[in-house]
Amino acid sequence: MMLLIGSLTIGLILSLLALGVYISFRVFSFADITTEGSLTLGAAVAAVLIVRGVNPLAATLAGGLAGMVAGSITGLLHTRCGVHALLSGILVMTALYSVNLRIMGRSNIPLMSVKTLPQQAGELGDALFGAGGPVLLWGWTVEREALAMLTGALLVAVLVALLLYLFFKTNLGSAMRATGDNAQMMRAQGIHTGNMLVLGLAIANGLVALAGALLAQFQGFADVQMGIGMLVWGLASVIIGQALVGPSRFGLAIIGAVMGAVLFRLLVAIALRWGLNPNDLKLMTALFVLAALVLPTVLRSLRQRKAVRHA
Amino acid sequence: MLNIKDISKTFNPGTPDEVQAIKHVSLTVPEGSFVVVIGTNGSGKSTLQQLIAGACVPDSGSIELAGQDITRWGEHRRAALIGRVFQNPFSGTAPTLSIIENMALAARRGQRRGLGWLLSGAVRRHLRERVAELGMGLEDRLDNAIGSLSGGQRQALTLLMAVLQRPSLLLLDEHTAALDPKASDQVIRLTRDMVAREKLTTVMVTHSMHQAAHLGDRLIMMVNGEIRQDLADERKRRVHVEDLLALFEQVRRADRLDASAAELLRSRYV
Ligand SMILES: Nc1ncnc2c1ncn2[C@@H]1O[C@H](COP(=O)(O)OP(=O)(O)O)[C@@H](O)[C@H]1O
Ligand SMILES: [Mg+2]
Repeated sequence: MMLLIGSLTIGLILSLLALGVYISFRVFSFADITTEGSLTLGAAVAAVLIVRGVNPLAATLAGGLAGMVAGSITGLLHTRCGVHALLSGILVMTALYSVNLRIMGRSNIPLMSVKTLPQQAGELGDALFGAGGPVLLWGWTVEREALAMLTGALLVAVLVALLLYLFFKTNLGSAMRATGDNAQMMRAQGIHTGNMLVLGLAIANGLVALAGALLAQFQGFADVQMGIGMLVWGLASVIIGQALVGPSRFGLAIIGAVMGAVLFRLLVAIALRWGLNPNDLKLMTALFVLAALVLPTVLRSLRQRKAVRHA
Repeated sequence: MLNIKDISKTFNPGTPDEVQAIKHVSLTVPEGSFVVVIGTNGSGKSTLQQLIAGACVPDSGSIELAGQDITRWGEHRRAALIGRVFQNPFSGTAPTLSIIENMALAARRGQRRGLGWLLSGAVRRHLRERVAELGMGLEDRLDNAIGSLSGGQRQALTLLMAVLQRPSLLLLDEHTAALDPKASDQVIRLTRDMVAREKLTTVMVTHSMHQAAHLGDRLIMMVNGEIRQDLADERKRRVHVEDLLALFEQVRRADRLDASAAELLRSRYV
């Protein structure tokens, strides 16, 4: 049960990652590898600030802000300097590796002995419902703190998803969706589509960095390697989400991305539990995404071939 | 009023693929005038439209619209003054957004987009009325994804989107070429009605000699990046489809003459 709650919490935290990847990959069809750097960037900025005694909430938001800056740089490299889309992400990701090391000063910052958001969530839980030992939940004993953290992560995920949903219903947010859909049309409607991409990548990487900042606090350390493979992780979540809600409009797609992130984290936990070597995890994730991207095409061509044979 | 002065555009200059798409073209389109543009394939009709819309930048010359020099304006900035419909029905709309969302985006063409709601009750009612005017029954499907509509329906909506906010100039680039005859007729009827009702200054490229003969108050024929014919008023009104076909035949014969002359020169001097 503790494993389940922990996985759910991480899944919910990583749903911010999934929402970020949803914006860059689904809205803009931009495979943005900056994601890997900005997840660590968010964690690094938040961790350093928290260790210095800054309020954890402010530190987390600062981490998100740093991610927005990283995303804007990728966008500007692509739209203003004409750098190839994938390459601009690779450049920023690579640069961020050094930047993150500079910010952290070393490759790992432990957060066990300082006050972080999850601990504040735990204390808040104690204050509201009274402190005490483990509670009984459907016959399972559960640490109160874990429960408080889960609730906190759920609130954050719901809040961010709701804000994103509302944003996509504004003039600006709708113009952003439409730009991803058909840039030529939006130029004819008076949109500077380059700037729109920059803003989209800023928001996407801001969310990713926020996920990094929260993840570092939950797991109790920030590590310079923690972003590796996270773009594919986010893609897997988005793809699972899409499988859950179908090819639908953005409202359901947002819910799908959150659900996909949680489900994917659970699947990973189960796979590890069943003896999947953690070293093989990224290989499995990559294969999963590959299959999800390629299978529909393969199935379609198989079906067509069959149809031709029958005709 | 649109005032084009001596613009030229060469694609891929200095390479084997060099194309002089527009050669020193000047054109003045007075307020409320409806100009129809015809011409052979590759004669520069689309390039001229793109130069006006800012989708490509001229090598020389200037463009004035509504009293402002827009030569250096970006495409998105010119959109405040220009409504456009493209040849491809997929080009003018955002397929995964609903009909009403597409409409509402177009209703703010060229304006700042902030954090206000795209769709308010008032906007919805107003747009529903405008869509109903098309007479296609689309007002009952406003929340459907626009990508689920036929090419003709999408093109009619794109046309409406181009004029929702009255443009200083309406640019139509073979906007019925991809449609079946019935849908094409419908879109042309809508075009004529909208242009007439709002007295829109319009430049319409068409491949249809029938449309060229029956629409607009001025006819321009482009050949090889230049304006070869410019018929206005009475001369335009007298034009028949047969005259236009004859014009094209003339151009084709001249081209062949050019080709054979070049061949002659080559055989003699090379
Ligand atoms: N983006 C481009 N790059 C290179 N050549 C182009 C481009 N656009 C148009 N051209 C060339 O310019 C000429 C005029 O094209 P266009 O304006 O599309 O003709 P039309 O619309 O009259 O058929 C053609 O020879 C075409 O191949
Ligand atoms: Mg053309």
